[in-house]
Amino acid sequence: MDWNTIFFVIWPYISLTIFVVVTVYRSIIRPFSISSLSSQLLENKQLYWGSISFHYGIVLVLLGHLLALLIPRSVVLWNAVPLRLYLLEITGLGLGLWSLAGLLILVFRRVTVRRVQVVTTPMDVVVLAALLVSVISGVLVATLYRFGSYWFTGVFSPYLLSLATFTPRVDLVAPLPWLIKLHVINNFVLAVIFPFSRLVHIFTYPIGYLIRPWQIVLWNRKIRTQNTQ
Amino acid sequence: MNVRAHMSMLFHLDKCIGCHTCSVACKNLWTDRKGAEYMWWNNVETRPGTGYPTRWEDQSHYRGGWELKGKKLSLRLHSRAGGLAKIFYNPALPTMDDYYEPFTFRYQDLFNAPAGDDQPTAIPISKVTGDPLDVQTGPNWDDDLGGSGIYASNDPNLAGVSEEVRRQMNELERVVFNYLPRICNHCLNPACAAACPSGAIYKRAEDGVVLVNENKCRAWRMCVAACPYKKVYYNWSTGKSEKCILCFPRLETGQAPACAHSCVGRIRYMGVLLYDADQIPSAAIVPDAQLVEAHRNVILDPFDPEVIAGARANGIEDSWIEAAQNSPAYKFVKEWGIALPLHAEYRTMAMMYYIPPLSPVVSVIENELFKLDLAEERHDFELFQRLDAARLPVKYLANLFSAGNEQVIREVMHKLLAVRLYMRHKTVRGAVNSDTLGYLSEAGLTVEKAEAIYKLTTLPNVKEQFVIPQYHRETAVEAWKDPLAHKGEVGFGAIQPPQRGE
Repeated sequence: MDWNTIFFVIWPYISLTIFVVVTVYRSIIRPFSISSLSSQLLENKQLYWGSISFHYGIVLVLLGHLLALLIPRSVVLWNAVPLRLYLLEITGLGLGLWSLAGLLILVFRRVTVRRVQVVTTPMDVVVLAALLVSVISGVLVATLYRFGSYWFTGVFSPYLLSLATFTPRVDLVAPLPWLIKLHVINNFVLAVIFPFSRLVHIFTYPIGYLIRPWQIVLWNRKIRTQNTQ
Repeated sequence: MNVRAHMSMLFHLDKCIGCHTCSVACKNLWTDRKGAEYMWWNNVETRPGTGYPTRWEDQSHYRGGWELKGKKLSLRLHSRAGGLAKIFYNPALPTMDDYYEPFTFRYQDLFNAPAGDDQPTAIPISKVTGDPLDVQTGPNWDDDLGGSGIYASNDPNLAGVSEEVRRQMNELERVVFNYLPRICNHCLNPACAAACPSGAIYKRAEDGVVLVNENKCRAWRMCVAACPYKKVYYNWSTGKSEKCILCFPRLETGQAPACAHSCVGRIRYMGVLLYDADQIPSAAIVPDAQLVEAHRNVILDPFDPEVIAGARANGIEDSWIEAAQNSPAYKFVKEWGIALPLHAEYRTMAMMYYIPPLSPVVSVIENELFKLDLAEERHDFELFQRLDAARLPVKYLANLFSAGNEQVIREVMHKLLAVRLYMRHKTVRGAVNSDTLGYLSEAGLTVEKAEAIYKLTTLPNVKEQFVIPQYHRETAVEAWKDPLAHKGEVGFGAIQPPQRGE
């Protein structure tokens, strides 16, 4: 067994298993512990610049990854015209830099603001470190190994699909440069950290708010009569 | 008709002495925990004043409550999509500095300080960071006007009060203030519940208590901003929102909430109100001037056979209907019409009620001397006929209690003054003359009603003050699980320790 098999077959499966099992366990058994743990009450001004930039940047970048994974053919076709390729690449890089700037502000805030220091747990440090590695390596890959939106569809879409279908193809990722490999391995590290950290709040993004009734009224006794009927 | 029951509290402001016993009772019971030190689920404010958090009534800043757009009600804070878009940063959220940074004193220094020439002192330290703190403000920094004009003159409720009157209120010789105790209003149309993206906040149909389901709360903290009364608080340690629970564990065991129970001036009353849930949407969209009237109409007459039948159909027990018939809240709010909700213009339909305070006659300056603004021949009914001579401007009270409608305040004041005149004539002078009876009827009261108001205001025993029906929690428990299994799971302690999520 070589290093590539360990990092790109065994590690992903271990990581994703922990990710799924612990996340489900935590949301069912310990729902009280799930929270975005906002510290806006304690510090407001730096958070404005940090949180908005980081969140919107990272969410859009991740959606871009998802798009390339789900519809690789369309992405390739889009890139057939050079202008459109440049447009996509510049947008992606811009969003990456935007989220990096936000992340750096958030790290700075966490280190310098006394009130925020107080609510920083060791796990917060781990999360921030892993995110920094992820975003910085991502931005570097996008600058050094052009054009990501082109080769991602040929290398990573089939690789991730092979993982999903339990026929892992290490040969696709083995020849890649170490920086790209670091990015991939680190993201599986993030998947392991996910259920043990505040990152779980991502899964509770309240999309249901768009359709739920304004007011929620609960009857104890009505539930009883419904049960007996 | 969709009849539901509500536990409502009533505050008789004339009786409040501003001692903060209620606040301390509440704090000791519920918010003496890490992350909750800055919260005052019950607080007492001096009015006019800026309140807690500072200028909470300034909704152009905090964006709490509902606003009427045409015929539609919408949250002032956000639309549904807007709420999701602003989830990473809530622009209207008060910060800890808008409340105050909680502090204690380093008492150990008094014992451990090395020998020296000076007395050791216990310096204030922050309860958040533990660092020494230069205390700039506190939850009651403006208590009794705070020894300065700036608190009173920054009260948002002075809007519409003339410059001349404002100036008078600021003069030492003519100053006036009253106290305003506040808890969560457990609204019929709660903005906090509507703003919660997770849907964690709900209203109990049995008694109307609005609660946060802490297992569903995800710290999106929209409730904190959306509540116009700023009575939902964010626990910075656990990352969950918390609010007044109307002491439901006490109510369920037949006790009044701790704030009401401990009240030294006995200003608080508790009772059941029956209301029509179907009328809430229409009552919340009437023009400002009609809000109080529409609100009163949502509350139903517990003696009406139709209402009783509707209540039974909704599973409300007879003991609750009976409690609604004896309810001091029903008498003050509906029967006598002298208790008003706080800030009806927020359109959340607050279910805690206030009897506005009376105030002395304003004074005028003659030859550089202050003199009460009364006619040469003094009459004790002076204020009844000239409410505008009261030190607390009617407009000011209207801004607080009737969405700016002065007529509502005048009616309430007339009733209160008529009862006072009647009782003074009866007990001090020993006779009631036709003038006094005239004032009673002018205020819309009868002798019987005046006697009843007097009795419930001044001489209630605890059973009349707090009419709390049996909750029959056992039936609710049976709905969920085997009662014997439940019995083994309740008691002191925490199911999950309230610690910060990883």
